[in-house]
Amino acid sequence: MSSEPRFGLKLWYKVSPVLLPVFLALAFASVLLLGADANPLEAFGSIVSGAFGGVNNITDVAMSMVPLMLCSAGMLITFAAGLWNIGIEGQIIAGAIGATFVVQTFPDITSPALFITLVLLGGVVGGVFWGLLLGLIRAYGGVNEIFAGLGLNYVGQAITNYLILGPWKRAEGATMSGTEPFPEAARMSTLGDTRASLLAIILAVVAIVAVYYLLRNTRWGLRLKAIGLNDEAARRLGIKDRKSLLMAFMVAGIMAGLAGAVQVTAVRYRLIPGVSGGIGYLSQLVVLLSGLRAEIVPLVVAFFAAVQVGSPRLELRLGLDASLGGVLQASVVFFFVIVRGIRQRLAERRLARGQ
Amino acid sequence: MQIELDGICKAFGSVQANSNISLTVESGTIHGLLGENGAGKTTLMKVLTGYISCDSGSIYLDGRLVKVGSPAVATRLGIGMLHQDPLDVPRLSVLQNFCLGSPGFLRLYRRQSRQKLLDLCQRFGFELDPDELVRNLTMGERQQLELLRLLNMGVRTIILDEPTTGISEPQRVLLFKTLHKLADDGLSIIFVSHKLKEVQELCSEVTVLRQGQVSGRIRAPFTSDALVEMMFGQCLARNQRSQVQFGAPLLRLEDAAIRSYRLDVAPFSLVVRAGEVIGLAGLEGSGQRLFMEACAGIRSLSAGHLVLGNKELSSAPYAAFRRAGVSYVPAARLEEGLIPGMTLCEHFALAYQKQGILVDWESAEVLTRTRIGDYGIVGHPDTCVEELSGGNQQRALLSLLPDELSLLLLEHPTRGLDIDSSARIWARLLERRNQGSAIIFTSTDLDELVDYADRILVFSGGIISEPVSSSEVTCEQLGYMIGGSRA
Amino acid sequence: MVNDALWVKTLASVIAAGSPLVFAGIGEMLNEKAGITNLSLDGSILLSAMAGFVAAYASGSVLWGFAAAMAVGSIIALIVASSSIALKQDQVAVGFVLTLLCTDLSTFLGKSYVSIPGPSVPHLTIPVLAELPVIGPMFFDQNIVVYASFILVLAAWFWINHTRQGLNLRAIGERPESAFARGLPVNRMRYIYTAIGGALVGCAGAAYSLSVKLGWSQGHTAGFGWVALAIVIFGGWRPVRVALGAYLFGALKSLGSILQPVYPNIPSQVFQAAPFALMVVALLVVSASNPDKLGRYLPTGLRRALAHIMDASGPSGLGKRFEQD
Repeated sequence: MSSEPRFGLKLWYKVSPVLLPVFLALAFASVLLLGADANPLEAFGSIVSGAFGGVNNITDVAMSMVPLMLCSAGMLITFAAGLWNIGIEGQIIAGAIGATFVVQTFPDITSPALFITLVLLGGVVGGVFWGLLLGLIRAYGGVNEIFAGLGLNYVGQAITNYLILGPWKRAEGATMSGTEPFPEAARMSTLGDTRASLLAIILAVVAIVAVYYLLRNTRWGLRLKAIGLNDEAARRLGIKDRKSLLMAFMVAGIMAGLAGAVQVTAVRYRLIPGVSGGIGYLSQLVVLLSGLRAEIVPLVVAFFAAVQVGSPRLELRLGLDASLGGVLQASVVFFFVIVRGIRQRLAERRLARGQ
Repeated sequence: MQIELDGICKAFGSVQANSNISLTVESGTIHGLLGENGAGKTTLMKVLTGYISCDSGSIYLDGRLVKVGSPAVATRLGIGMLHQDPLDVPRLSVLQNFCLGSPGFLRLYRRQSRQKLLDLCQRFGFELDPDELVRNLTMGERQQLELLRLLNMGVRTIILDEPTTGISEPQRVLLFKTLHKLADDGLSIIFVSHKLKEVQELCSEVTVLRQGQVSGRIRAPFTSDALVEMMFGQCLARNQRSQVQFGAPLLRLEDAAIRSYRLDVAPFSLVVRAGEVIGLAGLEGSGQRLFMEACAGIRSLSAGHLVLGNKELSSAPYAAFRRAGVSYVPAARLEEGLIPGMTLCEHFALAYQKQGILVDWESAEVLTRTRIGDYGIVGHPDTCVEELSGGNQQRALLSLLPDELSLLLLEHPTRGLDIDSSARIWARLLERRNQGSAIIFTSTDLDELVDYADRILVFSGGIISEPVSSSEVTCEQLGYMIGGSRA
Repeated sequence: MVNDALWVKTLASVIAAGSPLVFAGIGEMLNEKAGITNLSLDGSILLSAMAGFVAAYASGSVLWGFAAAMAVGSIIALIVASSSIALKQDQVAVGFVLTLLCTDLSTFLGKSYVSIPGPSVPHLTIPVLAELPVIGPMFFDQNIVVYASFILVLAAWFWINHTRQGLNLRAIGERPESAFARGLPVNRMRYIYTAIGGALVGCAGAAYSLSVKLGWSQGHTAGFGWVALAIVIFGGWRPVRVALGAYLFGALKSLGSILQPVYPNIPSQVFQAAPFALMVVALLVVSASNPDKLGRYLPTGLRRALAHIMDASGPSGLGKRFEQD
């Protein structure tokens, strides 16, 4: 009899760090919705149906998971090294530019396999270059990576705009709607008549598995973790910290570059302004919420992507702004941090009383 | 102001830092508080200055029971403390530091404060430039500034924690003169120290702490013998140890000097042979750490040569020292040695697997299990290091050392460990010595130094003594030397 | 009349356009001086700009708009401070999450206020002084918000350098344990300064929506918060230099629109990105220069002056929690 509630309590203790923030975020959003004279249940319902209401919705979720998963994978690497890689947004842009560069330079390649490979490669090169730039500024220039990264994000955005309006402008005239659409051969093929591309999804899965493996099973990953946790001790153990930091930025650049390439070759089929779409910032939230654990990342990414795809429904059906989705995403992470803090302090207090 | 501490007890976890300490300081006197590192002096003074609250006991000022809840309250009650590393703000000027914390809300009264500062300087013969930044001052000058600030705040009791560490001889003489002057003015002064000579020179009464308890109390004049016995207790009988044949000269230091922000180590020469164990004795902060860091290649010599084997490494990078087989185990385990957040197994993988792309977790775990057994670490391969107890962390650090070592540098290798685990650690270390590694270690435990070192260097304010053979020295003699006088 | 010249008008507009950044920069500087980094600026400014506009629109009074914006900024800053001091969570993480949260919140809550005309801070020409050549239009022919930003810079400068409270502020940010030893309530002061800093950041938001960039739209002030954070570093945590940084950024932005017609060959995006690229370069220069090393060989007076001018390092205790034993 007496063990029943204790078991319940134990279970609660295990799941509450995740469930409580979600509940609080929903409550917070409900307050906002009630303030806007909307029915919260209806609103949440429309998000869910927007995300899972049909085959097309589900494949859309899958496709918006792809770049987010790629970026989160890259972000796991830089986070492990103790870095705030807010510059990942710029790395996505650089990847998209790199991919588009390939299309603009060799528009006549006919083999889709070759074309897609080259486009992805272009994305990787772009992302790595941008990551390397940030890494150099951070590791050798001593500038905080947050500000250097943000600065580079804006520079990347400006370069995109310049390319769209200038050298890569459409034949019928420059417009902010983007470059000339990619030729068929440079587009990833889709599954049936959905918008999902199997290759892109495979890419994302491979990336997250690779990062999981990289951080867990390679010496490089282990060294990175050591630097992130205690760079002084890591140096004493003979680890070259600057080189490892540079590498971390570059690997994150690979992932973000791929994400950028996927955006242009499998989603938008052209380079558009704001091609990164805040995915980089969102991936930061994903990694925070997953507690830096690669195996949790897909779950969080799925949740975020579902909200992302589902929330435009709010606008269509209820006349509410889709940004409620962003509020939901960010407030879950916010309450996650707060709840974690409160639990830690409570545990500390219990410990102090126990002694 | 008369201060009376009555039955002060304070425990940190299972360690009783102060147990039932009582102590009276009459006004107008300089009272010495003597004891080894870890004897409980600092804790007691933190209780008196409101940094920590005691578990039980009471404090009386001029016979009146007071509660010192915070440093602010302490200052209001007239108690001021001069910390070993003065608690000033390096990026503010002398005058700003002088004003900081004095009463008032908005106005700074800069002109008046400057005048007061200059007056006080003149009175005690200090030379401080009010506009210089504190970060450009020497340790002695920072101390002088703090002293003047406390006096300006109107304190009637001044506690000085190891004030002579890191200051020059003329500064020390001036400080002592000042303290005498202040005592004559009726202030009570508590002088916390480790150095017998200074206590003898300065204090009219001394309380000695050992292992958190008062081990003795005497009035001047006192002999060094009495103080040493109260501080260190009786020496235990010497362990027998096997004589080993030393190998070729391994580490050669010629006219080496080290310079740092706080302390300079005067030029010295030393030859350490393979298989030799060198102990470094002395009050903490007398230059042992600089010496160790220089030998480890973390800090470069300011002058002289360092030759390891037959390679000149005077200005070589840390990596060259590591390649030459030098390993350094610092005292701050969780800050500099281990990586909190990583498991034991991860540490072994990091330290031992130097080749290949992948981590071989299986062999790392096997190795971890073996080492856990060998070193008696209480923990599992997947235990995070911050969850280990202090002694286990130390054992983990030692177990992480590479197999092939020419020179092993250890800072307080057995601090915080019980007798049994210390013995086990030393057994391991001596094994390495027998294989030809030279060992240099620091310790505050005189028995440990005499028992395990072949030769001992005594550090005192950056001056290194001639090496003393441990078979010809007793704990008492070492105690004298650490205190700054020859037996 | 020189005051009618285009370049004078441009200078005046730079000063006006820089005023919200002055508020935000000084505000953030205050809480960073106390040791708390409020990284949420980009979101806080957006949310307070929205709240300020809505409050002013609803009440018809600009004052209520500013009050609401300051309250919003303050509350967000206090959330950052308390999750760091009381809950011991990472300031950067909390600040970043709040940035995104507030950004979306501003969009959601401000939806029905997009692109509608609302009240604005009235223009106030100061008689006589405004007639001065060049200086007049720049500094004395503006609105109250701009005048307030001048006063704020001077007040912050005076507070930090010439009052006891300012000295205390520097101490708690530089070396909290020393400040605590001298009886200063470190964490309480950190809360107070974070609240004040947050309120000023809120002012910046209202200054955008009610004075510089009238009205409300989605992402109305996006990007300016990050610029303000960078300006604090660029300004070396010193009020006058922070203000200069704000005007410099404003000047770079408007320089683009002036130079564009002059050099039509240079794409406009170069001018768009230049301020941000220069920000990175400026931070590189600031972090690479070491006044101590440079000044070692100079005579005392000169060394001090140089160190004072060059000193651009942040408070030593920035971002570090302070716990008394």
